[in-house]
Amino acid sequence: MFQKADASGLAQVRHVVLVLSGKGGVGKSTITTELALALRHAGKKVGILDVDLCGPSIPRMLSVGRPDVHQCDSGWVPVYTDAQKSLALMSIGFLMEDPDEAVVWRGPKKTALIAQFVSDVAWGELDVLLVDTPPGTSDEHLAVLENLKKHRVDGAVLVTTPQAVSTGDVRREITFCKKTGVRILGIIENMSGFVCPHCSECSNIFSRGGGEELAKLTGSEFLGSVPLDPQLSRCIEEGEDFTQLFSESTTFSAISSISQTLLSSLQTA
Amino acid sequence: MRQNVSFFKKVKFMWTYMCKTLESIRGFVCCNCPGTTSEQAGKSASCQGCPNQKLCASGATKAPDPAIAEIGAKLATVKHKILVLSGKGGVGKSTFSAHLAHALASDNTKEVALLDVDICGPSIPRIMGLEGEQVHQSGSGWSPVYVDDNLAVMSIGFLLSSPDDAVIWRGPKKNGIIKQFLRDVDWGELDYLIVDTPPGTSDEHLSIVQYLSSTHVDGAIIITTPQEVSLQDVRKEIRFCHKVKLPIIGVVENMSGFVCPKCKTTSQIFPPTSGGAEQMCADLNLPLLGKVPLDPRIAQSCDEGKSFLSEVPDSPAAKVYQNIVQSIQDYCSNSLTEEQSTTLKH
Repeated sequence: MFQKADASGLAQVRHVVLVLSGKGGVGKSTITTELALALRHAGKKVGILDVDLCGPSIPRMLSVGRPDVHQCDSGWVPVYTDAQKSLALMSIGFLMEDPDEAVVWRGPKKTALIAQFVSDVAWGELDVLLVDTPPGTSDEHLAVLENLKKHRVDGAVLVTTPQAVSTGDVRREITFCKKTGVRILGIIENMSGFVCPHCSECSNIFSRGGGEELAKLTGSEFLGSVPLDPQLSRCIEEGEDFTQLFSESTTFSAISSISQTLLSSLQTA
Repeated sequence: MRQNVSFFKKVKFMWTYMCKTLESIRGFVCCNCPGTTSEQAGKSASCQGCPNQKLCASGATKAPDPAIAEIGAKLATVKHKILVLSGKGGVGKSTFSAHLAHALASDNTKEVALLDVDICGPSIPRIMGLEGEQVHQSGSGWSPVYVDDNLAVMSIGFLLSSPDDAVIWRGPKKNGIIKQFLRDVDWGELDYLIVDTPPGTSDEHLSIVQYLSSTHVDGAIIITTPQEVSLQDVRKEIRFCHKVKLPIIGVVENMSGFVCPKCKTTSQIFPPTSGGAEQMCADLNLPLLGKVPLDPRIAQSCDEGKSFLSEVPDSPAAKVYQNIVQSIQDYCSNSLTEEQSTTLKH
């Protein structure tokens, strides 16, 4: 069960980016989904690996329901969100008979399943594989890194909200990256202010400025901020493509800008 | 003896539950685990390759962890134990736990303690204004850190020397520290022990339930936000509670709407697309304890380590909190009365 995984499923994946936090509920899955959609919007082939075994959110966000997962000669076939196969997804959410059943596993079992996820999914040709992770610095994170060692991990983006309670945990995640040799591609600040749709007053519901301060403190690049946007929340809820429906919005500009910066960073590395 | 049998049943049940969960995952061969306490534990063909094989074969898993009984004895002086759970991260578990502790401790005659078992992301020290504090050891164990005379806190945050220190531990090590928190901290006599947990249904949750199995736990408060993305994880947590027979005191819906301070219009930033906690509670026959609105001053208070309930006592959010706390106090008083009458019957 703990044999070194053969990462051949990743042979044609050009770039692998981890989406980390340390803090729960900052929007890792939302940011992963939106970055994937923005990159696809920009003509890239993208994959998402959802290793949040206890709370797999991505299937709902991409409105893929509960499809059957099939095997081919090269391994598990990921689920494609479109006929053009421009966005591939593998999540434990696909494997549960009952969506309300809890995955109550201790570390070793989670580690074993993640090994299979990483090694046995036939991703095919991808420009970017985004790996969505649960909060923390534990079994799942170590398992992902151990099993990706044979393939290159370009680095990680770290998601935070502006408050100190959030950046406090993300600082620890930065230490995790440094200790495990993962390059920090940058910090994204989510839920960065709310503009009232009625009177345009901006309220800093989750404080302000924490993301940029954290980037300065840790010498990391600040990739950008994404505001609190009820339309984004609604798209995530309903599994709709925010990048198509609200491509004129400031929120989309922010996400698009972040994805472009990320892409440049990956291509120049 | 009765306690040991009960413990065996719980461990066997939890292991079987984990295996059945694995069975329900399509495409993965079930481990066909014979059970950690069975005669075949570690010896059967299906044990090959299991990380616990050696441990089971040694017979160690058949013996109850002595710490469970020790914790039972240690916490005999704690009247009420409340777990704060979610399933989803970032819904406000730590915020709620901290303010519940403050509210309960506002009665000077009550002794309250808050235990933070979020090993990787310990937020409680900051929220309680105790950053930089360290834990001390005495003859009677570890001393928790006191916010007030009647409000004690314990967190791994107090054992870290720098705010940048990461706790990169796998499950077994996390379980070990949780055991120590329960067994080795000198809690003293408490009216309430509140346990703040990380998101998920994993090592920390299994361990806290396992180590508290020889004590009476009043129940769990489930925290959610209105969106389905939260509720889908919260339903799993509720299933977990049912499976491990942990009573649910009720559900709190956080971030329930935002009133613009300028124009006073309400926006649903996290929309209840599937009916929010209200619908979920109706479907699952659970009490909805309250809906706390978004208020920027809550995040600010948490960042500054102050109690929002003291800083802005007249805000709509504070009033909802106070009502929720009252419901919890009433529940605990009733559960104490039931336990007392059950004891009297025997």
